[in-house]
Amino acid sequence: MDRLVFLLGTGLARGAVLALFALALVLIWRGARVINFAQGAMAVVSTYVAFEVTALTGSYWLGLLAALVSGGVLGFAVERGVMRFASPRSPLSGVILAIGLVMVLQSALGIAFGPDYRPMRVPFDDSAVLVGGVPLLSPYDLFVLVTAVVVMVVLAVLFRWTSLGLQMRAAAFAPEVSRLLGVRVSRTVTLGWVLSSVVGSLAALLLVPTSLGLNPHATDSLFVLGFTVAVVGGLDSPVGALVGGVVVGVAMSLVTGYLGAGLVPIAVLGLLVLVLLLRPAGLFAAAAARHA
Amino acid sequence: MSRPQRLPGQRPLARTLLLAAGWTLVALLGTFALDPFRNYQLALVAAYLCATAGLTVLVGASGQLSLGHAALMAVGGYGYALTSNALPFGGVARFVVALLAGALVSAVVGLLLGLAAARLSGPYLAGLTLAVVVALPAVASTWSTVLHGDQGVQTAFEGVPDALRRVIALEQWQAMVAVVVAAVVVTGLTVLRGGRFGLRMQAVRDDEVAARLSGIPAGRVKVLAFTASSVAAGLGGAVLCFVAQAVSPGAYTVGFSLLLVVAVVIGGLGSILGAALGSAVVVLLPWLIGRLTAGLPTDAAQRLDGNLAVLVFGLLLITVMALAPQGLHGALTARRRPIDEPVRTEEHTKVLVPTEEQR
Repeated sequence: MDRLVFLLGTGLARGAVLALFALALVLIWRGARVINFAQGAMAVVSTYVAFEVTALTGSYWLGLLAALVSGGVLGFAVERGVMRFASPRSPLSGVILAIGLVMVLQSALGIAFGPDYRPMRVPFDDSAVLVGGVPLLSPYDLFVLVTAVVVMVVLAVLFRWTSLGLQMRAAAFAPEVSRLLGVRVSRTVTLGWVLSSVVGSLAALLLVPTSLGLNPHATDSLFVLGFTVAVVGGLDSPVGALVGGVVVGVAMSLVTGYLGAGLVPIAVLGLLVLVLLLRPAGLFAAAAARHA
Repeated sequence: MSRPQRLPGQRPLARTLLLAAGWTLVALLGTFALDPFRNYQLALVAAYLCATAGLTVLVGASGQLSLGHAALMAVGGYGYALTSNALPFGGVARFVVALLAGALVSAVVGLLLGLAAARLSGPYLAGLTLAVVVALPAVASTWSTVLHGDQGVQTAFEGVPDALRRVIALEQWQAMVAVVVAAVVVTGLTVLRGGRFGLRMQAVRDDEVAARLSGIPAGRVKVLAFTASSVAAGLGGAVLCFVAQAVSPGAYTVGFSLLLVVAVVIGGLGSILGAALGSAVVVLLPWLIGRLTAGLPTDAAQRLDGNLAVLVFGLLLITVMALAPQGLHGALTARRRPIDEPVRTEEHTKVLVPTEEQR
């Protein structure tokens, strides 16, 4: 029983990270109708920036700040420098450009930093706190949860109650009409990429200290999990990303705890196939236009 | 009896087969001119060509992108290796039976994935197939009693048949076998794409709703397209296993899967000739880069090893996709014209009374 509670707690924290990463995918999908396959690689670049800044200054928080800033810059550069060239007529060209970006970023990191796993330290105790005699969450897990919730609330407020958020939503759903009404669609698309890249970087930064360590391929499995979460929740739905993240996070934590960590990729694949067969649009998708 | 009606752009079957036989003969004779290492590289190119030809038909004609063709190659390789080890007899018969078994297993896996894929559009399928490649090492170690985990499965050595042993070296024999299998795969895909099924795939790709209204079972077409592509990849994996005498998850990583996509894109999406050129680039470029960096100090060489080639491929992929989506095939077939002369589109205006100039 104690084990179950502990696994649920850890799964919740892990799920919050997945939800953040999936949210980053959803942001770009809504804004530009592209699934950003380079999200993981971009996030790992920011994490390396954080690692280097922390090593130089000795401060975790400065590293975190540097990662967020570099995530934003990278999102801007990727949208303006690479994704602009995607052909609007073929949905695959964006995917292929993103794949090229993954190869460039990961191999450049490999050349610059080598293939070793570098352990990342955080200024938190990682032993679980006892609640009523039951080990529940470590302070770091708690920090991850709180950060994730704060980011989600900020994003919700931004999209729901600010003029900028309204413009971004309008530009995503009806770019032509928005342009006629004076929204600078090109600018809101870029802003969407910047926001998404920042959120994705944060997710990677929160996840890497709980994994093996920092490596150019450290976010490969995070991407697959995040993609699964986004598909489970429905790519168009931020709430879906949140719920999907928690569901997938807890499920993976239970699989790791009871069946072994080696089975996680198979469980992810099974979940993905199941959801795609039963509800291809995701559990939280709005009713789509009727086809045929 | 009238002659069978031919669709626009369709080539008669006999001519396709004749062309295929001719090119195969040229490639087979070509193996005599190559040294063992070049023959080994040729065998690799042929094995990759099976997978990339399948992938390019899938992407170009049916509009589905798979990032998991490396996993499908691995499936074919495992099917080949396990069957080959289980068979009581040896020689060419064993090779053929094991090859067919590899094709069968990859067809079954492709069918299962295709059933999920039929309901998905481009990016969803790409993500699903990516998850398949990522899960491959876990699958190998979970069922390690059969698949032997990270070590993979070794197969018995398939030597040159006795009758040919005097004239043909091992590497050349392997290259010849790989070329023949690749020729069968490419011909099969060409016939498939050139016929009625190819038109159906294109109709579904261009407008699924319109295709369904015209009575094309869109779901079945997509499933079949994915299965055919999967069989091609599986045969490629089986050939690779025949050449390397082993199959292990370490050889079929996400990186390798992306490399197949690179080959298809720089060759030109949808073009089988492009897939062949792309496969050659994917085999030769890392080797060339390896030779260039061989003189560097060990630390630098270790970091550049593998990474530099991937960096170049990534840059190539982005450049080709952004600037020349037709790839090498487009560059080869483009009508040559002086650069400064503007492109003139031919206007089909009806001229009732031709002027002197038009006459």
